[in-house]
Amino acid sequence: MSTIFDRPLPEDAGDTTEAEAEDRLVIAAAPHIKSRETTTTIMWTVIASMVPIVAASAYFFGISALLVVVAATMGCIAVEKAFGKPGALRDGSAVITGILLGLCLPPAFPLWMAALGGAFGIAIGKTLFGGLGQNPFNPALLGRAFLQGSMPTAITSFTAPGGHFWTIHRSTLAWPFMQVPKVDAITSATPLGLMKFDHAGTPLLNLMLGSTGGSLGETAGLVILACGLFLIWKGYVNWRIPAAMLGAAALFAALAHGAVPARYPGALFTVFSGGIMLGAFYMATDPVTAPVTNPGRWIFGAGIGALVVLIRFWGGLPEGVMYAILLGNCMVPFINRATQPRVFGTAARGRRQEVAP
Amino acid sequence: MRSTFRHGVHPPDSKALTAAVPLRRMPYAAEVVLPLRQHAGKPARPVVRVGDRVQRGDVLAEADGFVSSPVHASAAGVVKAIGLWPHPDGTLSDAIRIAVDPFNPQIPRPRMVPDWNGLTPPEVVKAVQDAGVVGLGGAAFPTHVKLAPPKDIHLESLIVNGAECEPYLTTDHRTMVEYPERVHFGVRIMMRALGVKRAVIGVERNKPDAIERLRATLPPDLDVIILPLTVKYPQGAEKMLIHAVTGREVPSGKLPMNVGVVVQNVGSIATIAEVFETGLPLVERIVTVSGPGVRRPSNLIIPVGTKVRDILEFCGGVSADATEVVLGGPMMGTAQPNLDVPVTKGTTGVIVLTRRDTPRFETLPCIRCGSCLEACPVFLNPSMLGLHAQAGRYEEMESMHLADCMLCGACSYVCPSAIPLSQMFALSKTALKKARSKVVA
Repeated sequence: MSTIFDRPLPEDAGDTTEAEAEDRLVIAAAPHIKSRETTTTIMWTVIASMVPIVAASAYFFGISALLVVVAATMGCIAVEKAFGKPGALRDGSAVITGILLGLCLPPAFPLWMAALGGAFGIAIGKTLFGGLGQNPFNPALLGRAFLQGSMPTAITSFTAPGGHFWTIHRSTLAWPFMQVPKVDAITSATPLGLMKFDHAGTPLLNLMLGSTGGSLGETAGLVILACGLFLIWKGYVNWRIPAAMLGAAALFAALAHGAVPARYPGALFTVFSGGIMLGAFYMATDPVTAPVTNPGRWIFGAGIGALVVLIRFWGGLPEGVMYAILLGNCMVPFINRATQPRVFGTAARGRRQEVAP
Repeated sequence: MRSTFRHGVHPPDSKALTAAVPLRRMPYAAEVVLPLRQHAGKPARPVVRVGDRVQRGDVLAEADGFVSSPVHASAAGVVKAIGLWPHPDGTLSDAIRIAVDPFNPQIPRPRMVPDWNGLTPPEVVKAVQDAGVVGLGGAAFPTHVKLAPPKDIHLESLIVNGAECEPYLTTDHRTMVEYPERVHFGVRIMMRALGVKRAVIGVERNKPDAIERLRATLPPDLDVIILPLTVKYPQGAEKMLIHAVTGREVPSGKLPMNVGVVVQNVGSIATIAEVFETGLPLVERIVTVSGPGVRRPSNLIIPVGTKVRDILEFCGGVSADATEVVLGGPMMGTAQPNLDVPVTKGTTGVIVLTRRDTPRFETLPCIRCGSCLEACPVFLNPSMLGLHAQAGRYEEMESMHLADCMLCGACSYVCPSAIPLSQMFALSKTALKKARSKVVA
């Protein structure tokens, strides 16, 4: 009957008549074409972009660092597999959570704790809310907040970088609920701790290149910056959030430093120390827990940046990125509501409609 | 003049397949099918009976009221049947079928449309309506209605839409390249009828030859600016084009004439000129037959009512992996289940997509990336609207300006989670309309 479909469709070759081929015309609603960008490719690209960061932390802290990242990731994957929607692992978001959580833990952190943190982050922080796209808080940070609350000693025992690559710290392999062995390697205060409690600075170059104590992803600010810029170039990270966050933190730090130089560090120290770089490019930018409008993103980023400085300079903790971002996450629904776009052809709140000359 | 609008998307324009293919005339098929509803407004009323002999250009159905348009025989032959037939919009609709007389020379009666010289503006409006001219850009709004704005409206300029931002389509492109004089003549007629002194022809920059031809043939006494536009979808949407040309936003719920302009598609403009030139009503139109699934992509002059099957056959058939036949462009056109559907006055293209062009993406939850907000040309929040649509909260959507959504599909195009946003909005609009008609009844 149909002479247009000259051959049957390939996958059904053999038992299809030409008339039936026409029956299989796809009827779909417009638009009929779609960009090839998918959430899955975005997620896995983000994961790929974190490889240099993980590699840098392994370079500085040895195999233990890698094990911590793997343990945290395994914890996330296990819970996502057990409680998440079928096939939810494929979108890669659980792996991102795991790696990010691993990156904000100390190098010799007990593996079981890392895995538990990942499991908590995914279970309570994500699955409980309905999985991908539904969680109000960044699951990795929620996992870390849980660990901070439950294991305050372990999470503040930082190993100094250096040492042999294959050395596995005893604390790394500690058993659950046993007395954590004293961290055997040289423990070291983080640059932020030094600044906070001793008012001692750390050379800026060390901060940028990473040869300082701290969490895995707190070192090597330049590596994180490069990876973040790659994601911005790909269009997967909205540049406004890191720009606002780092900008606001730098600004407030510079003001405080200008007022009392001996007490407060300057702008560059502030943006290259601690977890702010990782937070700005990888945590605060998690689209699910960030505002959806561009003005909202500026507000969100700037608010977090200001909070970080507030907590670091005047709070009880040396580092405040985690709490700052979690607090920012709380504000997202309000920010979204307040920054809804002005619909084309309607007058904006307080703004007159454009009138042509 | 800013030459573009804010937001929008950049789908591959895919126009190279037919951009340089000259227009050809397609021979008459054995049968043409002319739906009574080929325009926005009331369907036409049939004035012929089954068995009647008709000549090319004869009136088959007359306009039912002012916002309606007549339907003319696009080929000489015998009225075979009047009844339901598949319509490009996916419904079954009343249509007049004509068995084309294969031995008829298809010479129309002389001068069915009067000479435009000496006609008053109201007479021009009447002549344009009688010639069955409607917008050829897709929406098929009766052209004569645009030519007769209410008395209290002050018009400043005519904007001619040569953006053609839908991928694959090159009908307007070829019209501008091959019939630039006709475009200018049509502009002259419309400017006279509307009483405006200025006109702007907006053309996307991916059609440099069209811009060059229009400029080269511009009569010196005509105050027309040919404005190159940024290549971006949906540049050809009326409101986006007006914003690009004048910097003005058409107020929500209002018409272009409220900001002093009338927009007309360049193909319709050329058709106005054509009907006055030849004296023959609108019985054929230019259609792009393209897409990776078509063996011989072409730009054809096709008698209105020719079936898609005949057109595809004329173009060498479709490839083995063809999966979707779309009437119109791939962003806003409708997929056809039945190839016996006819080309109507509003059909801009027949696009055959293959499996490779229409991969199925798994729909994932919204990750609130905001891509849709940055795509939406009317600054809606499609992500939020989508959540409401899924929950059936249509009133909520209405208060979020669902009515301003023109279903351009930009949000669905960019969504990385492959959420069928504009598809859901189309459904929501229908649901709202239905709910409202129930309240009235």
